[in-house]
Amino acid sequence: MSDKPDKFIDDSGLRLDGRRVDEIRPMKIDIGVLSRADGSCYLEWGKNKVLAAVYGPRTLHPRRKQIPDAALIRYRYNMASFSVEDRIRPGPSRRSVEISKVSAEAFEPVVLTKFYPNTVIDIFTEIIQADAGTRTAAINAASIALADAGVPMKGLVSACAVGKVDGQLVLDLNKDEDNFGAADLPVAMTQDGEITLIQMDGNLTQEEFKEAIEMVRVGCMEILEIQKRALYTKFGDDPSFDLTEEDLSDIQSDEQLIDEDADNPVNEDDEGLNEPGDIDPDEKKINGEEDLDGESDEQ
Amino acid sequence: MDRKIVIPGELLSENEQNAGLGTYVEEGKVYSSLYGVLNIKNKVDVIPFSGKYIPRAKDYVIGTVVDITSSNWFFDVRAPYTGMLHVSEYPKRVESSQMSDLLDIGDSAILRVKDVDQSMKVELTLRERGLKRIKIGRVIEIPPSKVPRIIGHGGSMVSMLKKETKCEIFVGQNGRIWINGPEENLDQLTDAIRLIVKESHIHGLTDRIYEFLTDKKSNVDVDSYASPGDDIKFQEDDEIPDDIHRKIDALLDSSED
Repeated sequence: MSDKPDKFIDDSGLRLDGRRVDEIRPMKIDIGVLSRADGSCYLEWGKNKVLAAVYGPRTLHPRRKQIPDAALIRYRYNMASFSVEDRIRPGPSRRSVEISKVSAEAFEPVVLTKFYPNTVIDIFTEIIQADAGTRTAAINAASIALADAGVPMKGLVSACAVGKVDGQLVLDLNKDEDNFGAADLPVAMTQDGEITLIQMDGNLTQEEFKEAIEMVRVGCMEILEIQKRALYTKFGDDPSFDLTEEDLSDIQSDEQLIDEDADNPVNEDDEGLNEPGDIDPDEKKINGEEDLDGESDEQ
Repeated sequence: MDRKIVIPGELLSENEQNAGLGTYVEEGKVYSSLYGVLNIKNKVDVIPFSGKYIPRAKDYVIGTVVDITSSNWFFDVRAPYTGMLHVSEYPKRVESSQMSDLLDIGDSAILRVKDVDQSMKVELTLRERGLKRIKIGRVIEIPPSKVPRIIGHGGSMVSMLKKETKCEIFVGQNGRIWINGPEENLDQLTDAIRLIVKESHIHGLTDRIYEFLTDKKSNVDVDSYASPGDDIKFQEDDEIPDDIHRKIDALLDSSED
């Protein structure tokens, strides 16, 4: 992995893995894969392989950690020692503890913890195979696992990264782009586009940053559609799904179709039938500038 | 038509008056807070596919003793919180030393939730008709969110199950079901309940379960008529069949496994 590619984006505008700059990697989602967990999800995103399990709400021990009027969200992000090319030391590291903390906070605004005083909702995410963007993949999987566990939430959380290579912004970095790129900006957001996690590595100008947020917003909405599709089709090709789709389009009356995404080969499965780029123009406004500034110092 | 599946954050209604169970209101609109099926009656409810049992006052539950202190039994009621049964809530006067004789650790009982306070302290009672320690039968567990499906509209499902299998059934709100009857019927009933849990989100459930239960019986008839031998004639006799039916049911069940 030590050789840096000469060029990350070729003359026709395609990246090393053949994607366009605003294209995410294919994602595959399996729900309810662990029998002992209350909710679980296995997610593949490009070469990333992530397993998420949710237990709870359940009694929290030690008792001094209990919150009298809410549930505690405990999140564990862990990379398997074999998940990367050079074996990593098993167990918590500085990096995984940090990611666990910010990821737990990414779910706090959406999970309705007030219904379960003095309890804990445990979320475990294991990175089985890593290829850049594992924290975002873990959040996407955890979001589905929480829904599968029947935990009440205001909505799903979707996460995606954006970065800079060869002086150009690219969505959903892969390993090479992450290692040799100039910036990496993972973002998690709710369906309303409210950012619940943002971190940054490297440098971006203010203009680039704003543009990057817009790109990642579109990326997260695509991922949200994939997550929704996975949940709707958990019980097989449910006939009610067609109805759901119609209803959805009724609800989002002002939706704007992004043309480039219409032929998006993002999804291998029937998810590909979906138009992943549907977003509401109202959602495009950045409604979290202060949040961004407040949290972006975590490098 | 099948029921509509909804996911957390899905817009359900523009009118906040419609907000029912499993929903939340934001800016005057109703959204789903759970992953489940939509149920529109007077209000818009979401019935979740899964989730933990949260005790509420007046619920009937089936609990298992996990601990005994000087004046309380502690019950696991499949909730994030343990249930507490004070000795004064036992139907008769109990000395501290006798407590484990009446209800020992591991014993189960049909209980009622007397009260749940703000900090989710769950108080249970046995002082009511029908509440008792479970001595016979079986207890099976299902996701608590499926309990309404087992009971059915106005108890239609549970009464049909009782009638068709001739078993006693008690459904606890916490997703534990106590059943009692002849062994072979219990097996059939267990299968039927598993089927309900599996197909609970599809319409016409009661009818399909009825078919499931009666199908097995008619299979028995067909088989017995088809097989040679004199003993078949017993089947036509009205005095014996129940017992034989059950036995053949059991045979069929075991051969299917």
